[in-house]
Amino acid sequence: MNAVDPLLQIEDLKTYFYSGDKVIPSVDGVSFHINKGEIVALVGESGCGKSVTSLSILGLIDSPGKIEGGRILYHDLDLTRLSQKEKLQIRGKEISIIFQEPLAALNPVFTVGYQIQENIMVHERISKKKAKAKAIDLLIKVGIPHPEKVYQNYPHSLSGGMRQRVMIAMALSGNPKLIIADEPTTALDVTIQAQILQLLKEITEQQRTSILFITHDLGVVAEIADRVIVMYAGQVVEQADVYSLFDNPKHPYTKALFNSSPKMDQIDEELTAIEGAVPSPFEKPMGCKFHTRCPYVMGKCKSISPDLEENNGHLVRCWLSTENAKSEVT
Amino acid sequence: MKYFIKRLIQAVPVLFIISFIIFSLVYMAGDPVLLMLPEDAPQEDKQALREALNLDEPFHVQYMTFVGNLMQGQFGKSFTYGQEALPIVLERLPATIELAFAAIFVATIISIPFGIWSATKKDSLGDVFISGGAVLGKAMPNFWLGIMLILLFSVYLGALPVSGRGTIFHLILPAITLGTGIAAQITRLIRSNMLDILHQEYIRTARSKGLKEFLVIYKHALRNSLIPVVTIMALQTSSLIGGAIITETVFSWPGLGQLLIQAINTRDMAIVQASVFVVALLVIMMNLLADVMYRFLDPRINLK
Ligand SMILES: Nc1ncnc2c1ncn2[C@@H]1O[C@H](COP(=O)(O)OP(=O)(O)OP(=O)(O)O)[C@@H](O)[C@H]1O
Ligand SMILES: [Mg+2]
Repeated sequence: MNAVDPLLQIEDLKTYFYSGDKVIPSVDGVSFHINKGEIVALVGESGCGKSVTSLSILGLIDSPGKIEGGRILYHDLDLTRLSQKEKLQIRGKEISIIFQEPLAALNPVFTVGYQIQENIMVHERISKKKAKAKAIDLLIKVGIPHPEKVYQNYPHSLSGGMRQRVMIAMALSGNPKLIIADEPTTALDVTIQAQILQLLKEITEQQRTSILFITHDLGVVAEIADRVIVMYAGQVVEQADVYSLFDNPKHPYTKALFNSSPKMDQIDEELTAIEGAVPSPFEKPMGCKFHTRCPYVMGKCKSISPDLEENNGHLVRCWLSTENAKSEVT
Repeated sequence: MKYFIKRLIQAVPVLFIISFIIFSLVYMAGDPVLLMLPEDAPQEDKQALREALNLDEPFHVQYMTFVGNLMQGQFGKSFTYGQEALPIVLERLPATIELAFAAIFVATIISIPFGIWSATKKDSLGDVFISGGAVLGKAMPNFWLGIMLILLFSVYLGALPVSGRGTIFHLILPAITLGTGIAAQITRLIRSNMLDILHQEYIRTARSKGLKEFLVIYKHALRNSLIPVVTIMALQTSSLIGGAIITETVFSWPGLGQLLIQAINTRDMAIVQASVFVVALLVIMMNLLADVMYRFLDPRINLK
């Protein structure tokens, strides 16, 4: 691993869901790491396991799902082995999460101020008054005008952008080292989206917070990420720093992602039109999971699954890449 | 507050409609004079009584007189009690309200913990028992449950009084009788609401803050799942005020229901009219109360 200063290190994570007697390997041997102060983008088509990965980090996988294997190292702590009480100390304090749809993610019957204050008071023994003052400071920090007034508002009475700022304030309230942002801008219109991205970037710069940024949107990736992890069908298929990935994508799936976006300089379309369909979560293909849609498919792709291997600073899970790398050496 | 006043004003036409219905029903129920006088009374006497009671006037004139009197709180004299009907009805009111609220109290303390428990432990043995119990509780007729309770607690164990009103002990059995069916209904409502709400994203958010599961459920989930419950509770209270007839009869509870059924049997129309009107008024007030509480619990409503 080329971990400079790893904050979080996921090793061979397996999170499975159970439906009747069927097993859905939603996350099937995922490994990656996040450094301090780094913004890592996690991209891939719908259903490839991005959210399940992020919820696994926080221990928020409910039945019928279960973490079946692997480790999630936060500093030296394996998050998959924590007791319930230890998990509570991590959540909202060390690692916090921002969801896609702030209206659904905020409780409709409590004021937004209260919901921020609550997060503060779970982890800090301070008076209500101080917690409130701190919540208002956070509202100022995320750029909310009239913070005292907004503090008293209920989620439904704010705009989408304001709600997402509230979510960010809430996520920041425990001074976390890592923020997971699960498609935080997908539900917002373009100008607001840009503002929110700017805000998240400023925060990481000021506080050296790391962000795991989940998105469909390659435009957003280019805007915000230091490093990119591409997932397909529950596995990481490519990983590289953002410039290198955009200049020279190596995995056929990554290439397909770029081809399905209009042009490099206007890539804010969603990832949609790739030939073929995502394999059913119940019946993932043998061998390389992408072989059913891959234009470069070879014989062994259909039977043997490739490993993630180093190729010019990228990690790539592809037989073609492995062979190219080998032939370059010899 | 403004809204409250608006709703009060809206209640006025409703009361008019109710007064019209009450009057029409009694008007159609037939000639009360035939009941009030012996069958062999002379024709002149009957006619004299009709005139005294203004029964010879046309419908609309009689109705106007009725409304005029109603505004002064007069429904006429009850011929069984020989007094103004309204005070007799009002005298029964505290007993009825007491029983209604006791029943709702019983229903609440049973249904909230059971509803939550069976939702959070879905498909466990406890859930199966609670859900089964709820079906049973809903299906049990009040007269049967009342009698069974009397047999067990009063006759067999001798622990509680059989009937009548007075101490808190008198209240227990009728309150349980009435409360059981409501508890069953509300337990099921809370269970299904909770199951739905526990899958909401804001519950996941609450967990992601590091809140204890107890707080996630009793604060974040319960508050939301109680919103529709309040409406049902208020409707149930209204229907108890007007309709606890069977339970009041089984326990000889001196409430409105008992009075009403007696008045109907004796065709004491003044009492019937006064009771129905008072019940209607209470129902309107309960609905208003439900509305206010609903707004209090769900801030989203205020915006409209
Ligand atoms: N509660 C659940 N029950 C059963 N299966 C689930 C559940 N949650 C997720 N899965 C399975 O896990 C797979 C990955 O889901 P996940 O939500 O991680 O996708 P995603 O990459 O976040 O997609 P999107 O971009 O649409 O958010 C899904 O295809 C689904 O089959
Ligand atoms: Mg997702």
